[in-house]
Amino acid sequence: MAEDGRDESVAADDDSQHTAEDGRNGLNNTMVEESPTLLRRMEICVAEAEKRSGKNAVNMQETFTVYLIETRPMDALAEGRNPAPDSLWRRYSEFELLRNYLLVSFPYIVVPPLPEKRAEFVWHKLSADNMDPDFVERRRVGLENFLLRVASHPVLSNDEILHHFLTEEHSWKEVVYETGFQAKADSRLKALSATFRVRNPDKRFMDMKHYSDELQSHTSQLLRARARVADRLYGVYKVHGNYGRVFSEWSAIEREMGDGLQSAGHHMDAYAASIDDILEEEEHYADQLKEYLFYAEALRAVCRKHELTQFELEMATQDLISKKQQHEELSTGIVRTFSFKGMTNKLFGQEAPEQREARLKLLEELIEEGEEAVKDKTVECEEHVEKAWVDVQRFKEQKDKDLREALINYAVMQVSMCKKGIQMWSNAKECFLKM
Amino acid sequence: MSVGAPRALASSGQKPITEILHPLSAAEEPLSVTIGGDKQEVALTNGTPVETSSPASTSSLFNRLQLDDDLEADVRDPYADSTEMRDLFVTVDDPKKHVSTMETYITYRVSTKTSRVEFDLPEYCVRRRYQDFDWLRIKLEDSQPTHLIPPLPEKFVMKGVVDRFSEEFVETRMKALDKFLKRVADHPVLSFNPHLTAFLTVKDLNKRQGLALLSKVGESVKHVAGGYKLRARPAEFCAMGEYLDTFNQKLGTIDRIAQRILKEQSEYLTELREYGGVYSSWVGSEEELRRPLEGVAGCVTTSCGALEDLGDNMSLDFLPVLREYVLYLESIKNVLRKRDQSQAEYEGRLEAAILRKQEDRTPMPLEVEKCQDKVECFNADLKADWERWQSNKRHDFKQLLTSMADRNINSYEKSQAAWESLITLLQDKQTEDKTSETN
Repeated sequence: MAEDGRDESVAADDDSQHTAEDGRNGLNNTMVEESPTLLRRMEICVAEAEKRSGKNAVNMQETFTVYLIETRPMDALAEGRNPAPDSLWRRYSEFELLRNYLLVSFPYIVVPPLPEKRAEFVWHKLSADNMDPDFVERRRVGLENFLLRVASHPVLSNDEILHHFLTEEHSWKEVVYETGFQAKADSRLKALSATFRVRNPDKRFMDMKHYSDELQSHTSQLLRARARVADRLYGVYKVHGNYGRVFSEWSAIEREMGDGLQSAGHHMDAYAASIDDILEEEEHYADQLKEYLFYAEALRAVCRKHELTQFELEMATQDLISKKQQHEELSTGIVRTFSFKGMTNKLFGQEAPEQREARLKLLEELIEEGEEAVKDKTVECEEHVEKAWVDVQRFKEQKDKDLREALINYAVMQVSMCKKGIQMWSNAKECFLKM
Repeated sequence: MSVGAPRALASSGQKPITEILHPLSAAEEPLSVTIGGDKQEVALTNGTPVETSSPASTSSLFNRLQLDDDLEADVRDPYADSTEMRDLFVTVDDPKKHVSTMETYITYRVSTKTSRVEFDLPEYCVRRRYQDFDWLRIKLEDSQPTHLIPPLPEKFVMKGVVDRFSEEFVETRMKALDKFLKRVADHPVLSFNPHLTAFLTVKDLNKRQGLALLSKVGESVKHVAGGYKLRARPAEFCAMGEYLDTFNQKLGTIDRIAQRILKEQSEYLTELREYGGVYSSWVGSEEELRRPLEGVAGCVTTSCGALEDLGDNMSLDFLPVLREYVLYLESIKNVLRKRDQSQAEYEGRLEAAILRKQEDRTPMPLEVEKCQDKVECFNADLKADWERWQSNKRHDFKQLLTSMADRNINSYEKSQAAWESLITLLQDKQTEDKTSETN
């Protein structure tokens, strides 16, 4: 896949010989084509993965994997030159840091997800070990995919921190911390999980939040069911291997039947072995589903942000109203609502005029601040709604396209599996006929 | 005692063994027996040079028979040849349920077409139940102990586990009964057995009474007195025994593997169905993705159907045939044992006679000669049947395994077709959308 990323010309979709590999390349090529973004100017790929050892924060020895990010300027390639790529090594935690920064800095964007931190939805044969080479390879692909998505996003791709991430190996961390996003990150997390009642949320966002729940539910159900199916299918294929052994033993006592049986047995062994590649291929499909499982979370977060801004606006508005009311009561002496001051006035008599003046003054200041706050919050809310809705629409289109592509690829994989099965059994049948 | 290479012989044919004249006796037996399918045509012709050996010699009394020494099993379908020469055709079909106050049972129609003179009419049609087949088999075993009698499908079915009246069970059983009868009808000796004739022709097969006459026939080597120890079993029969043991083992293993596959496939099917269901339920929250999701759910369902058919077929056609062969092996082993017994008896009597001869010079008693005859006959019959059985077995297993492969291929083909048409459907829509976008 790294190789294809370097291709200058974008391959036209050739529908006749559609393979799963084509599906993935098609996606990347589309991202280059359609984005007036970083990706147009710079070719990016995650070329390799390597194991490293080092001391961690608590001074303990640990082993971790680093990934090589290579970049090359597009214009150089367009001119036909083939410069050596700039490269740097990053580990998974640095990608996480970048993503957290993006989440906080662009709360109205459905931020592309990272590949999973730990292997989930594993069917039994597959290793759940993070150091497993297959897992590392799939993670490499996932990280590249993340970078490509971010770099082709109309908003995210312009971010300076992203640029630093891709080009400055060592100073990047300092730069990102200097933005002070960490503080916002904590409050964001709190807000995401808080419960509050919003009076007038934008219906579109409520529907979208509901949709994100559905998407999350269905993709995770699908991933679980698929893992169980993979498990069972593995069992079916492997048991056929036993035919291989028994046919071989049986052929030893036969005269004319011996050769045919023996050869057929070999084909049964081959059949049993073929499932390993088939299921490994299917993991790519699972990875595509996982991406959208995590995307659903990102979508939900944008909707929640809307709820939050709307809530804060409502709170600010409410606060302003109550302040104005207080002011009115104080200046007119008419107590409309119950207030502590009203009670004490009744009980202990009115306060002195100077005190009243002071309080009126204070209230006027507060009201002014409150009006500013409402104005700000309104702008924040409206901006969020506007920008978020654009990105949600973009996301929706992308999701429909990607998942459709993924489903077609899945069908292609199934056809391939059937063809292999037919081949194996036909071979065995030929041997049986020679018995 | 070495036995030459005789095939089916004087003991074969219409007459039971006790009525066959001793080959060296005056009467001539112009017997011509054709063994269906095999190239081994045996002709007992007059004037054939006879090996002059004393009656008591251990060399085969039937060496004078000229034989085609073609030991190669026929590569062609052994049945194909015989249809040209066959004159007895039997079929088992049309199962019907009978309900009476005492019991409920199934009967099958047994149709016969023949040009044989032993039959009064050229066609017959009778109804028989499993019990009747069982009776026939027992009678054949008793009256033709030197031959390999084909097996019947299993007699006992656990009432709770299997539904004796389900379509599948009846179908499977009927096929096995049909096979049994066809094998008997194709056998050059068994097909002339009077019990078979009665089975095929008599309207009301009253086993107890009507065939008392026939039961007298064929006492021969049935019950050999015990107590005789076999000294040396000829190598070929040892080999047969060993082969049967190993083959039995392998069949058992294959049966277990097939059952295990069925189990795994069934569990896979369960998960696959649920998996398809998830796609279906996802459709509800999507618009653009509706068609591909429904399409995938549909293909998964098709694959489930194909898999289910595969499992059913294996249960119905594959496993019963394996089990039949296991029963077949058991019955063959029994015949081998009887052969051993008859050889042991001969050797015992011979020894005793030799001792007596040494003492008082009496000639070899006739009973010893008769014993020798029996053993020779037995060995010859058995070897002929063995070759026939090997050939049939090869054909049967070739067919069994080939159809297993075909069924699997068929299952994959159904699935592949469904997925391919989905791809076409979705890709067509894609190009449709693209052109409408650029317009």
